[in-house]
Amino acid sequence: MAQLSSNLLYVAFFIYFAASIIFAISLFGRKWRKSDEETHAKKWGMWGFALSTIGFLFQLSYFITRWIAAGHAPVSNLFEFTTFFGMAMVFAFLIIYLIYRSNVIGVFAMPVAIIVIAYASVFPSDIQPLIPALQSNWLKIHVTTAALGEGILSISFAAGLVYLVKTVNQSKASKSTFWLEFVMYSLISTIAFVVLSLGFEAAGYSSTYQFVDQNEQQVTVDYTLPALAGPNDGEYVSGNEFGPLFEAPGWMKGEKAAHKLNTLIWSMVGGLVFYALIRLILRKRIGAAIQPALKNVNEELVDEIQYRAVAIGFPVFTLGALIFAMIWAQAAWTRFWGWDPKEVWALVTFLFYAAYLHLRLSRGWQGEKSAWLAVVGFVIIMLNLVVVNLVISGLHSYA
Amino acid sequence: MKKKNRLIVRTVILAIVFIAVGYTFYTNFFANESGIVQAGDQAPNFILTDLEGNEVELEDYRGKGVFLNFWATYCEPCKDEMPAMDKKYKEYKEKGVEILAVNVSEPKLTAESFADRYNLSFPVLLDKSNDVTNHYGVGPIPVTFLIDKDGKVVQKTEASLSENVIDSYMKQIQP
Amino acid sequence: MSDKNITCECGHVNPYGTEICEVCGKPLQGDIESKKLLNMRYEGSARRSQTYKTTIIDKIWNFFSSVKVGIWIIILLLVASAIGTIFPQEMYIPPLSDPTVYYKEQYGVLGQLYYDLGFHNLYGSWWYMLLIAALGLSLIVASLDRFVPLYRSLKKQRVIRHESFMKRQKYFGVTEINEDTAELQDIKKALENKRYHVKEEDGHLFAEKNRFSRWGPYVNHIGLILFLIGGMLRFFPGMYVDEVLWLREGETEKIKGTEEAYYLQSDGFILETYDNNDEKFKNAIEESGQAAVAKNYQTDAVLYKQVGERIAGTDPNLEKVKEHPIQVNKPLKFDGYAIYQVDYKLNELQSMSFTMDNKESGESVGDLTIDLYNPEKSYDLENGYRVEVMDYFPDFEFNDDGEPTTKSKVPNNPAFILNMVSPDHPDGEVAFVAIKQNLEPLGENDYKMSFQNVDTKNVSGLVVRKDNTLWILGIGGAIFMIGVIQGMYWNHRRIWIRRKEHDIWLSSHTNKNWYGLKRELESITSQTGLQMPMDQAEQKK
Repeated sequence: MAQLSSNLLYVAFFIYFAASIIFAISLFGRKWRKSDEETHAKKWGMWGFALSTIGFLFQLSYFITRWIAAGHAPVSNLFEFTTFFGMAMVFAFLIIYLIYRSNVIGVFAMPVAIIVIAYASVFPSDIQPLIPALQSNWLKIHVTTAALGEGILSISFAAGLVYLVKTVNQSKASKSTFWLEFVMYSLISTIAFVVLSLGFEAAGYSSTYQFVDQNEQQVTVDYTLPALAGPNDGEYVSGNEFGPLFEAPGWMKGEKAAHKLNTLIWSMVGGLVFYALIRLILRKRIGAAIQPALKNVNEELVDEIQYRAVAIGFPVFTLGALIFAMIWAQAAWTRFWGWDPKEVWALVTFLFYAAYLHLRLSRGWQGEKSAWLAVVGFVIIMLNLVVVNLVISGLHSYA
Repeated sequence: MKKKNRLIVRTVILAIVFIAVGYTFYTNFFANESGIVQAGDQAPNFILTDLEGNEVELEDYRGKGVFLNFWATYCEPCKDEMPAMDKKYKEYKEKGVEILAVNVSEPKLTAESFADRYNLSFPVLLDKSNDVTNHYGVGPIPVTFLIDKDGKVVQKTEASLSENVIDSYMKQIQP
Repeated sequence: MSDKNITCECGHVNPYGTEICEVCGKPLQGDIESKKLLNMRYEGSARRSQTYKTTIIDKIWNFFSSVKVGIWIIILLLVASAIGTIFPQEMYIPPLSDPTVYYKEQYGVLGQLYYDLGFHNLYGSWWYMLLIAALGLSLIVASLDRFVPLYRSLKKQRVIRHESFMKRQKYFGVTEINEDTAELQDIKKALENKRYHVKEEDGHLFAEKNRFSRWGPYVNHIGLILFLIGGMLRFFPGMYVDEVLWLREGETEKIKGTEEAYYLQSDGFILETYDNNDEKFKNAIEESGQAAVAKNYQTDAVLYKQVGERIAGTDPNLEKVKEHPIQVNKPLKFDGYAIYQVDYKLNELQSMSFTMDNKESGESVGDLTIDLYNPEKSYDLENGYRVEVMDYFPDFEFNDDGEPTTKSKVPNNPAFILNMVSPDHPDGEVAFVAIKQNLEPLGENDYKMSFQNVDTKNVSGLVVRKDNTLWILGIGGAIFMIGVIQGMYWNHRRIWIRRKEHDIWLSSHTNKNWYGLKRELESITSQTGLQMPMDQAEQKK
């Protein structure tokens, strides 16, 4: 059952990939198709939507079969949560598509969902037993609702990105073009991270170091990527004999701190290489390269989709990530709120989107300003998923 | 007129908010813990057994001053004040001041051998389940309550006491 | 003040500061001939705070009435909250570590700075709480200031709107009446089919739906205010109890914080772990590097109620209330209290057994078991043998003066001074006995105490909690959710239809989801032969 489940996930992943390409064709392909633009977009858009739906159903089957195999809802570790988050994003996209029939959102939303699911694949996917605190119905209720809320909010990011790519003036370099490229670079870095991790894992790369951690304990750490940054005062033990080129600073003493730093450096450098290659091929900014394809996109509609996604997602997120979370925390940890980092970041996300709504509704921040806010919102959600889980450890068992 | 009403409404709302927030801040940052025995309160009655197995009830000491001390053998400052307490006890017993030394839930044997070693002449009471200690809201020891002849707590102190201080305290509750 | 009010040409007297006449919609500010779209936010009503500035009360009020100020408070809270997660808060650093050095040792100079700035206790700091209080005040003031005038102007709006009002809506269209144009009554029906409330006056129509969604923000703000009040109530006496209770197996303890009324007995603590060879979880357990993964923490508890009056120090008169296995996620609940399983200590010393041996023959002359929580004075081994406990140190150490003493009352490291009485030594021989130690301080003895074994018990770490603020937090949260959903999932839509000689004017407004409105208008206009209104915002480009 577990094997079947992971196969279903692979299938879903590739169907999503195909769907993204179809959506891209619906947009970019206009030039080389003879049929008139509207029927072309309609036809290919429908196929893209159909494929996305099929992919979603496959992933749903993955989810259900894994649930059966594990005996508990598969939302209890980082792998499971991140894949579910990707699925929630696809689901949110399907809903938005049904409302607005916008192919261009698919061109941006589906790849982001794919990157998220790919990112999930670097975490151990073994089925884990549930520790006592997680043995609660509120686990599935809280986590799924929160992920769904975040998925819907992510669609707002995709729409914001469309808006920015379409409207940012690419004729000269500016702050806007820089940050837009930075967003592109970040997405590429994530891809680089996934490719490098899986690549070295497939090649069987591993080297082990030994060092003294903050509790004066001798500990070992396994590197699955070649060690650029080794543990402070660390010693090579076994495995591949590359590096480290330098040691992590002394204050990074956490058990996995140096390892995490190493991974971060690899992702950033790898992303930079990928990005540079793409720029070399395109000979212009990525944003500038995509912009012409969005010529016919109705930016006001995209702006509205971006806002609508927040309007739909914000209540769902609040319900899942704050209210249900509090109900569960009251039962599992004796208090509904305890300033655990993950809780705080859920609050930060809530406050951010609250500010977004007030800026938009009361101070008239629409269009570009609002689109940038949607991008920042997604960055916060990602920070909560990546940094808070991996760097700041707390009660949430995902680390 | 309308404007005046508006000002009143605003003033009232702001005042309510400021008072509520002020109170919250006060209890959070300045106020002492509630629900524990403080100076000025009536000392709650209790019944404990002493080392000989006799029951001792606080109320039986009405009319006398009571120097109620909470201690344990693992508490160094408690040990330090014991000889002085014993000395003053002998002096003030005649004048109607009693010492009750409540041992905070140690085994009888531990308390007993300690009392023998220090030759304590005042009654040592055993609070084996921490019942009285909790009832009086005693946290870190030593803690001493000075109770007057009417059973009212005159003072509560958490310091280790010197002979002079004990003397002045005994004078305070001497009937 | 009344001379500052604005009288519209329709005769309605608007409060000072009004931008659009409450009744007929005529723009009151700026150039009447302007083509610019009207700013429909709050219906162009006069936000009160903007209009009076005199006393200090008004100044404070106006400050908190501003959405800009509100947004700044949100941003400050957001940034402060995020900063609080950079390093662990004081409550999450390892217990018994000294925060004054912990942050510097763990995180270096930055950690020291973090500590010096007080960020190690950020969420309990006066300034963080002040920010929350400011947010609460801003919620109250800003909502009141906007709700009242908005309510007024939506209540007072009339069917017929000023021409200039209609022309300056985002959706505006003019239809020349011809044979395809539907009758007014059919237009009305078409609108009603879309669930609009339609009003008619002199052959003009006004259709409106989902006005209640405009109240969403104010409803959710009420919810938030209730939530904050709930948070504040915690600091009132008697509303909140949070106590730690360590309970040894077999023990019955008074439950702290229940005002004498309840006692809890532990019939045993259970720790279960997952089977490391379980097919399903094998890989994950191996990967985790842990020896075992916990499956269940459980205290089999019995709850008692103390009946009648009781003087402190006397034995309680207990009446059994219920038995309940306390597990994580399944607290024991009674009378507003909940007892949670949060911690445990396994194998705490309970008693020690010894034999008294004749050193020469190696034979044992008797055995004894000493209860470490209540040792007896003397243990009779019969046949003239006896062991007297001269002194007992549950948590033994030597103090600064080199005397034996105890660190606490918990038997972590029990030590005894024993007097072994035998027929050959009627006065006894003194031995100092501790774990792995056997000293003869007063010279060579003929007998010795040999350690046999220990009896241990598990201890449950429980938390006693009462939170009388939960109900108001629950109501606040529910109202907040109702408010957000009401405001976010419905849209307030209005359509004005005005006959002007041979034309029909149509304009329309929604507070959000223009796409939805557009589709609705497309449907209505195609049914009724009206001209689909233009999107005037788009045309400008």
